[in-house]
Amino acid sequence: MKKLLAFALALVMCLALAACGDSSAPAANSGSGSAAPAASGSAADAKGDKTAVNKDDVKIGCILVGDENEGYSYAHIKGIDEAIEATGLSKDNVIIKYSVPENSACYDAAIDLVEQGCSLVISNSYSHQSYMQQAAQECPDVTFVACTGDTANQAGLSNFKNAFTAIYQARYVSGVVAGMKIAELVNDGKLTDANYQDGKVKIGYVGAYPYAEVVSGYTAFFLGVQSVYPDVTMEVQYTNSWFDITAESTAAESLMADGCVIIGQHADSTGAPAAVQAAQDAGKTAFSVGYNIDMLSVAPTAALTSATNDWGAYYTYAFNCLLNGEEIATDWCKGYEDGAVGITELGESCAEGTADKVAEVEAALKDGSLQVFDCSKFTINGEHPTSILIDMDNDFEGDTEGVKDGVFQESTLRSAPGFTARIDGITELNAN
Amino acid sequence: MAKTDSVKSPLIRIAKRSDMPRWKGWIIRLIAVLLALVVDGLIIFAIVKLNPVAVYKTMFAGAFGTARRSWASIREAVLLLSIGIGLAPAFKMKFWNLGAEGQILLGGIATAGCMICFGGKIPNWLLILVMALASIAAGAIWGLIPAIAKARWDTNESLFTLMLNYVAIQLTSYAVARWENPYGSNSVGIINQNSMDGWFPKLFGQTYGLNVLLAIILMVAMYAYLNYTKQGYEIAVAGESQNTARYAGINMTKVYLRTMIISGAICGFAGFTAVAGADHTISTNTAGGRGFTAIIVAWLAKFNPFVMVLISFLLAFLGNGAGEIASRYNLNDYAAQMIEGVILFFILGSEFFINYRLVLRGHEKEGAKA
Repeated sequence: MKKLLAFALALVMCLALAACGDSSAPAANSGSGSAAPAASGSAADAKGDKTAVNKDDVKIGCILVGDENEGYSYAHIKGIDEAIEATGLSKDNVIIKYSVPENSACYDAAIDLVEQGCSLVISNSYSHQSYMQQAAQECPDVTFVACTGDTANQAGLSNFKNAFTAIYQARYVSGVVAGMKIAELVNDGKLTDANYQDGKVKIGYVGAYPYAEVVSGYTAFFLGVQSVYPDVTMEVQYTNSWFDITAESTAAESLMADGCVIIGQHADSTGAPAAVQAAQDAGKTAFSVGYNIDMLSVAPTAALTSATNDWGAYYTYAFNCLLNGEEIATDWCKGYEDGAVGITELGESCAEGTADKVAEVEAALKDGSLQVFDCSKFTINGEHPTSILIDMDNDFEGDTEGVKDGVFQESTLRSAPGFTARIDGITELNAN
Repeated sequence: MAKTDSVKSPLIRIAKRSDMPRWKGWIIRLIAVLLALVVDGLIIFAIVKLNPVAVYKTMFAGAFGTARRSWASIREAVLLLSIGIGLAPAFKMKFWNLGAEGQILLGGIATAGCMICFGGKIPNWLLILVMALASIAAGAIWGLIPAIAKARWDTNESLFTLMLNYVAIQLTSYAVARWENPYGSNSVGIINQNSMDGWFPKLFGQTYGLNVLLAIILMVAMYAYLNYTKQGYEIAVAGESQNTARYAGINMTKVYLRTMIISGAICGFAGFTAVAGADHTISTNTAGGRGFTAIIVAWLAKFNPFVMVLISFLLAFLGNGAGEIASRYNLNDYAAQMIEGVILFFILGSEFFINYRLVLRGHEKEGAKA
């Protein structure tokens, strides 16, 4: 026993020694701990002198709530890669921190990135926001961006920004796709009485929470459907979670049981499309419109398309601002005009002529001739609204007029969605 | 060394040992960690072709590379330590308290509630005191419920405490919905971000100085409680054998209730340090699985609070180092979890060699001497 032990010890020591010998070289350059003096300097350049920054010195930090295995963060990773390509930076310029939870770890990560020399730090999840703001308060020379956040314009910090995509535009287009399908189903006589309510075709929507982001989204989707097939009525079922496969699938099932022929969604899992595919395989007439990712893999014949974000547009914009010494917008929100949103590949079940119609609508959204929230296209309590208030200071009381020239100006006052009005034709089944 | 003996006995025989000096045990554990690093290194090299030493260096830099990173690791370690200390008395009497997660959350809810309701209305020292007491009470109640059920109806405490976690998560969701800020965000945000009411003050110039001090106090107090008090002795006896404890006249009902109040209270208090001393918010992720990780802390340390410090730091180091290798080498969480798993496996394995010895056939005498 003793001998064995001595041998093991000797072995370990040898290995340890060898390891120490090896380590001196990589230690020097892997010493990520070293505080980077460049931080304040380059940031000062960017803000003060408004001069372009040397590409080699630039460091940008990205804080992601997940990693490549999580759809939402994967979209951001793709966006970052796109931006690196587009701006001519190298991967060494960008430090990504993965799986950063939405607590003080986010603040630690942000400060750590500053210490590593980053002059721009971008986080991707909503609840990172307050920790980013805390870091922004402490490091006035560094710019912090909280994607999907909504407090930048109230925070009074010149180095704290928000960004969001105009996803409502893509939802409108996905609604158009659904509308085409409904028109086809009606023409082919595929619908039964159960699919109608008061002469209107029933569609359903699986929403996460009864909040502005979701309300704005499903309203845009509904208006898209109506732009093609006006006689529809929509039921919204909330799951009270952003990601809950079971709840989303259950919600979709109950909506279909209620006669809904299209199931839209604003929640992040594949639960709803998979449920619709299963129902379709069992002989039901039902189709799904997804979110974020192409749903064709889980619902090959049920999925029509998905509304999706392309974060590359924002990362490219932000990286360029930094390189050119320009200030990043406090509230950034772009849609089709900058390629920040879109829909995924059309499924085989889409109605004939859908692609042409989509191209036409997308072009109209791009050149501004089509406005999603055109007040003449929807009613609230039977009347076309002339005033819809936005809650800018987050006390759940509308305080700022959102309607201008007969159009609700979504995401112009701040990047996060602000449309919370409930329009006619949509019923929330379980809003609290 | 009679030949007949060696024929009958198996090639390797396992024998209990009780004669190993303490320092030897520690050397074996150290060897286990080093061997684990070697095995991890082989895995890293085999799978991703990276220099394992560089990976370890990066992990170390991620956990302790800068003052701020060190403090983040320390904060994490003392939080794990506090929870481990809370679990120690319960586990020592073999009451499987799997409900630390919920007890932490309840403590966190109580803390956040006080911060929101009383912030700016009473002096800060009083506010922090109220928060601490509220969190202790909340955690104690959450620990007491399964203890009452166990004492009265002999329910299975593992299932009971585990299920209470889910209740606690729902309560937390409810609290978040009540306190969410901004409205519609489904998150409470940083509480009292500008006024910093109810936040731990700096101690010795360190943001997390108070976190460390509180954990040290808990550590010393728990060590003394378990080793030098009558109640601590009762826990030890009850843990070894309930029948012995009953025979010795120990009132098991009383011991269950009392110990779980203490266990829950300390876990609730840990929730207080997590909310007031670090996150300054409450969410269903406030406990973040630490209630389970801390079981490893308590169990590996054999309920010795001082040893728990080592385990806590090891786990905090592995956790914070993991983020850095993900960032630098694109090795995601799973890689870090493999490294962690191998290390824990070796440490657990080393306990076998400390408690037992392998006797090779024909080496009976020599083995006995060793």
